[in-house]
Amino acid sequence: MEGIIGYGASIPRNRIKVEEIAKVWGADAPSYKKGLLVEEKSVPSPDQDTITMSVEASKCALKRAGINPKEIGAVYIGSESHPYAVKPSGTVLAEAIGATPEVHTADFEFACKAGTEGMFVAYGLVKAGLIKYGLGVGADTSQGAPGDALEYTAAAGAAAYIFGREKIVAAVLETYSYTTDTPDFWRREYQYYPQHGGRFTGDPAYFKHITGAARGIMSKAGMKPADFQYVIFHQPNGKFPLRVGEILGFAKKQIEPGWLVNKLGNTYSGSSPLGLTATLDISQPGDLILIVSYGSGAGSDGFILKVTDRINEVRDLAPKTRELLDKNRNYLEYGMYAKFRHKIRKAD
Amino acid sequence: MREVAVIGVGMNKWGEHWEKSLRHVFTEAAILALDDAGVEKIDSMIVGCMSSGLFVGQEHISSLLADYIGQVPVPAARVESACASGGLALRMGWIEVASGLSDVVLVGGVEKMTDVNGNEATYALGTAADQEYECYHGITFPGLYALMARAHMDKYGTTREQLAMVAVKNHANGSLNPLAQYPFKVSVEAVLSSVMVADPLRILDCSPITDGGAALILAPVELAKKLKKPIVRVTASGMATDTIALSSRREITWIESTHQAAKRAYAMAGKKPEDIHVVEVHDCFTIAEICVMEALGLVEKGKGGKAVEDGLTSLQGKIPINTSGGLKAKGHPVGATGVAQAIEIVKQLREEAGPRQVKGARVGMTQNMGGSGGSSIVHIFERS
Repeated sequence: MEGIIGYGASIPRNRIKVEEIAKVWGADAPSYKKGLLVEEKSVPSPDQDTITMSVEASKCALKRAGINPKEIGAVYIGSESHPYAVKPSGTVLAEAIGATPEVHTADFEFACKAGTEGMFVAYGLVKAGLIKYGLGVGADTSQGAPGDALEYTAAAGAAAYIFGREKIVAAVLETYSYTTDTPDFWRREYQYYPQHGGRFTGDPAYFKHITGAARGIMSKAGMKPADFQYVIFHQPNGKFPLRVGEILGFAKKQIEPGWLVNKLGNTYSGSSPLGLTATLDISQPGDLILIVSYGSGAGSDGFILKVTDRINEVRDLAPKTRELLDKNRNYLEYGMYAKFRHKIRKAD
Repeated sequence: MREVAVIGVGMNKWGEHWEKSLRHVFTEAAILALDDAGVEKIDSMIVGCMSSGLFVGQEHISSLLADYIGQVPVPAARVESACASGGLALRMGWIEVASGLSDVVLVGGVEKMTDVNGNEATYALGTAADQEYECYHGITFPGLYALMARAHMDKYGTTREQLAMVAVKNHANGSLNPLAQYPFKVSVEAVLSSVMVADPLRILDCSPITDGGAALILAPVELAKKLKKPIVRVTASGMATDTIALSSRREITWIESTHQAAKRAYAMAGKKPEDIHVVEVHDCFTIAEICVMEALGLVEKGKGGKAVEDGLTSLQGKIPINTSGGLKAKGHPVGATGVAQAIEIVKQLREEAGPRQVKGARVGMTQNMGGSGGSSIVHIFERS
C-alpha cells in the first residue's frame, strides 16, 4: 500500500484584513465579508515566494517522514506563481532539502489545482515502483489585480506531501481526475494579473468539476459522503466549499477542520493541500478523508485517504497548520501590502 | 387597418445559459411559438435585439435568425429601441399585419448577455443613455434610476420599504413562473440588506443580466378564427419618445414617454386605465415600476409607492402588475423583454397562466421602455 508518509505546511505571518483593502477602493467591506465569507488573508513578505514556502513546507514534511532526502526520487511543485517563467522552481527546492542530484524534477501549472497534480504524479511514480519516495508541493503567492474581487482573497501558502510505501501516515485508497476545457480564469503570458469570467467561474466551472470529481471518486470506491470523517474542497472563497459540500451531501462538521479560507484567503495551488494538512493535524487512526481540488481551465483531482496509527507519532514533529494560521500574525496596512506585493515600486 | 391577433407564443427558460449561443436561445423560443400557433411558414419576421454587436459581436442577426429557424428567404428585420426593442418589434409586426402587407408574422426578441463580463455588460447597457451628456460623466443606469428614486422619495414621501415591496411582489409572482430566472421569494428585509449598488438602490432593486429569447406569431383575426383557440387581439399599439438624457426632462420622477404612449393606446382601444385587468410593466429597477404605474394612469401621480404597499398591484389586488415576475424575477434579456411581456398577457387572457392566473382577465396591457424612458411602447390586448 502506498500513501502519504510526511506532510508539512507554510503560511506567511503577514495578514491584511478585508476592511483595509475595501477602505482603499471605497468598497463595502461588510458586503465582501458576507459575500465571500473571508475576513483576512495571508500576504508573503518580500523575501517569501513559492520556492521559499515550498522549502519550509517540505522541511516539515521531511521531519514527519523521518527519511533520508537523498532517497526522494521526484520533486514536483505545482504553482501559478513560479518566480521564474523559464528556470524551474523544483531544482531550488530539491537542492535546498538535499535531494539532488539523483532526482526527477518538474514544475506544474494548472491554476489552483497544480498542487494536487504534483501530489498525483509523485504518488503515481511511487505506486508504479519507479521511485522510493516522491515529494509533491502546492504553493502560491497568488495575484489579484488592485480593486478586483480577487484582491480580497488572493493569498500565499504552501503544503508539501511525501509519498512512500512504508511508515504510511495516510494510505491513498483511490484517486480520480475530472477535466474539461472550460476557460473560467486565465493569465496570458506577459500579463501580471489574471482575468476571470465572473459568475461563469461558479456553476459551469468550480461546481461542475468538483461535484464531477467527488461523485466519480466515491462511485469508483463504492463510498458515500457519510463514510468520510472529513472532506476538503478547494477554497477560492468561504462560500463555495460550503455550498459544494451541501450539494454533495456532506455535513458542515466534515468540512470545517480543513476550511481555512476565512482567515487564510485563497492560496491557489496551496488551498486544498493546506486544508488537508490542517485536517491530518486533528485526524485519528482509521479516519477516511476525501480531498477534491479545483483548478480553472478546468479540472479537479480527488484522493481518498485512510489515516493510520502513525499519525499519532508524526503529528507533533512539525508546526500544525492551525497554529501557523492563528499565531504570530502581523497585520499590514494597504501601503505596506502594496509594496510587498509589488503593486508599487520604488523609483530607480 | 385589419384587426390583428396573437396566434402563438413561445418562450424558453431564462437565465445564465453559458452553454447556449444567441441563435440557440432565439431558435428555441421561435420554434415553441411556431408550434403553439401550428404554422410552419411565416410571411415576415421582426426581431428586437438591443446590442448583439456589443454582447456577442454579431450584427445582421435578422438574416442569421431567419436562417436558423428555417425560414429563409423570408423578409426579416431587426429593430432596436434599447430595452424597448422587443416592444418595438411587436409594434412593427402589428403594423405589418394590420396594414395587410403580411399575414403571418413572427415577432421575436433576444439577448445573450452573459458572454461578456459585468463591466462590458454595464457599458453595453449604458449605450441606451445619452453618451455625451450622461455616460461620459460617469453615470450608469443604476445611478440614473437611483436619482429618480431619491427624487420620488423626496417629492412624494415614497419610502425605501415601498421600493423593496415592488421586488417582494414581483419575486412572489416569479416564484409561480417556471420560466423565470429567479423563481423564488424574497423578503423586504432581504432587499433592504442586499448589496448597495447606487444609493438608495440595492442589488435586489435591480433586474438581472439574462440570456433569453421570446417569440410570438401575429396574424389577421380572420385567420385566427380558423385555429379554434381563444382569440387574443392586439387592440392598440402606442409609442412615444422623450429625451434620452434624464437631465433634459422637466420632471425626473415622471415618465412622459410612457404617459404619451399610454394615452395613444387607450384612445386607440377605447379603454380607460380602470378597464385594464392585468398589466406587465418595465420594472428594470423597483422605482421604475412605481413611476410607470403613475404614468400609465393606474394610480395618481406620486401615489405609486403607497399603492404597492396597499397590495393594489399584487396578484390578488385590484390591478395585478407583473404577474410573470417582471424583469426583476423573470429576468431581463433586454431585446426579449417586450415580447415576453406580451406573452404573459396572452397567457393570462387565454387563462393559461396556471397558479398566477388573474381570474376573469379579458383586457391586458404591456409597457416596455427604453433607457430611463427615452422611448416607451404600450400595447393593449383583448380576448374576444
